[in-house]
Amino acid sequence: MRYLVRRLEFFVVTLWAALTLNFILPRLLPGGPEVALLTRFHGRIQPATIKSLEVALGIRNDQNAIQQYLSYMGNMLRGDFGVSLGFYPQRVSHVIMLALPWTLGLVGTATLIAFLLGTLIGILGAWRRGGILDSVLPPIFVVTSAFPYFWIGLICILVFAITLGWFPQAFGNSSEVTSELSWTFISDVLWHSILPAFTIVLTSIGGWILTMRNNMITTLAEDYIKMARAKGLSPTRIMFQYAARNAILPNLVGFAMSLGFVISGALLVEIVFNYPGLGTFLLQAVKNEDFSLMQTLFLLITVAVLLAVMVADFLTAWLDPRTRERG
Amino acid sequence: MGLDVRLVADQSAIQAEAARPEAGGLHIVGRALLGNRKALAGVIILGIFLVLAIIPGMLAPYDPHAQIFAQTLGPSREHLLGTTGNGQDIFSQLIWGTRESLAIAIIAGLLATGISLLIGVSSAYLGGLSDHVLSLVTDVFLVIPTLPLMIVLAAYARNGGLAVLISVIVVTGWSYGARQLRSQALSLRNREFLDAARVRGERSGYVIVFEILPTMTSLIVANFLGVALYAVLAAAGLQFIGLGNPSDMSWGTMLFWAQNNGALNAGSPLWAIVPGLCIGLLGAAFALLNYAFDEITNPALRPVRRRR
Repeated sequence: MRYLVRRLEFFVVTLWAALTLNFILPRLLPGGPEVALLTRFHGRIQPATIKSLEVALGIRNDQNAIQQYLSYMGNMLRGDFGVSLGFYPQRVSHVIMLALPWTLGLVGTATLIAFLLGTLIGILGAWRRGGILDSVLPPIFVVTSAFPYFWIGLICILVFAITLGWFPQAFGNSSEVTSELSWTFISDVLWHSILPAFTIVLTSIGGWILTMRNNMITTLAEDYIKMARAKGLSPTRIMFQYAARNAILPNLVGFAMSLGFVISGALLVEIVFNYPGLGTFLLQAVKNEDFSLMQTLFLLITVAVLLAVMVADFLTAWLDPRTRERG
Repeated sequence: MGLDVRLVADQSAIQAEAARPEAGGLHIVGRALLGNRKALAGVIILGIFLVLAIIPGMLAPYDPHAQIFAQTLGPSREHLLGTTGNGQDIFSQLIWGTRESLAIAIIAGLLATGISLLIGVSSAYLGGLSDHVLSLVTDVFLVIPTLPLMIVLAAYARNGGLAVLISVIVVTGWSYGARQLRSQALSLRNREFLDAARVRGERSGYVIVFEILPTMTSLIVANFLGVALYAVLAAAGLQFIGLGNPSDMSWGTMLFWAQNNGALNAGSPLWAIVPGLCIGLLGAAFALLNYAFDEITNPALRPVRRRR
């Protein structure tokens, strides 16, 4: 129970920190938010837009800082993120809904594949210490993890799209295919997603392999593994039901914690491939100085990561009695 | 990621070093580094880049900014890596770019490690409410997605130059280390040599700096390497999307210009390939050193010869 309270406190504080950061940052601009934004947008936008920006950032001249903060928090909690400046007069939430399915589909699937494949390779590598999976792959992935995600994407484009011409270079689908629920459209989308998905898997799989391998090595030294061996159980059974089952717990937590990093890396991959997901929109927002969209995207990604961590937390508490007792 | 593995590694390190706390100094770290092949490779790569960063003027054939050559030339004897779409020599840019990329890695690494150390160790040493609050802050920074946060920060502080870039990386990069250092300091807290220091009547400042820190040397170094790797990649990412100062000469800004000029399609792919390779090599040097450190501090992870 104490554990639950501590975790809840953590989630609430994190959410509050992200929201407050969004509130404070525009106010740190030289000359305060109104002056800074008016200068930046001078002559480019209508008074109505400024009004909407005031909603998104909580800037109201007739209120003091605390009132502004409260009404801003109210807007955020109600899900009122104001109007996007880059896609004026669309609402921020509408713009995000355009991008979200693309990112969820691409990054979600690619991350899942990387996690499953990496964990499996890690299990097998630790099981056969000194084998090919154990001695060759970890150093390779230590080196590849040092390359920027987006650069690996550039190289994939150069090799597979430009030189070989196997896959399209950019975008989520071809412009000549209409968006409808037909086989042509779906296969076209899949066709476009292969290269970015491959990039994300390639760059994120190393972490799973290393973590799982190291956990497995620690677990394999436990007495109950020796016991299982002494009982003459089949190696497969020991590997998966005795060792991997216990070693996978930290990987689950790691999965949630590093989701933030995966999303971060995937944002850049999206940008490289011009994929119509959150990353590309985030870059657009930065280029257009579309602060309301930018901040909402930051908030959305934070909330997504928090949710993932929460799920992993409760999963661990459910799977591992020790965490519950420790409290 | 790999936090729990690290904790296991920390514990064996603590046991090894607690036995002889006075010997846990840098020379042990140094000797272990040279005996490890991965570490040696890391040291050599780092050394080469260090030389490039210190004397680029003596090694680069041309002025990296000068747009005086024919555009998108292929590699030749005059231009080892060809020229950019703006008629600059890619090889010279690469050499001059080393300085900023390496400087960001080292400065951000040092600053972030300093903050991790300050927060992690004082959190563990003070205990109670301060520990609770500091741990909570650490966890919050640990979970907030770094790249979106960096982008938001850098977008507001646009054109702030190198200082902004480094601050953004430090702000988003210190939390992981703080957590690790806290857990190691925590397990040190009730050791006898610390009790002895307290009984002698030493002040907490003295105990932290002269008693606790020396026993944590290897973890601190490993931490620095981790942040340096993170800084290399983060700086490259931010500069690539145009949030650095585009007129600076660094590998990240080279990638920015290459991408903006469509280098891949315009027949100068080397413009986009080589800066990424250098970023990767520098990052790999830090990663290899870090990996070797893991092996040194946790003997269980060392490579084994196959036996049946």
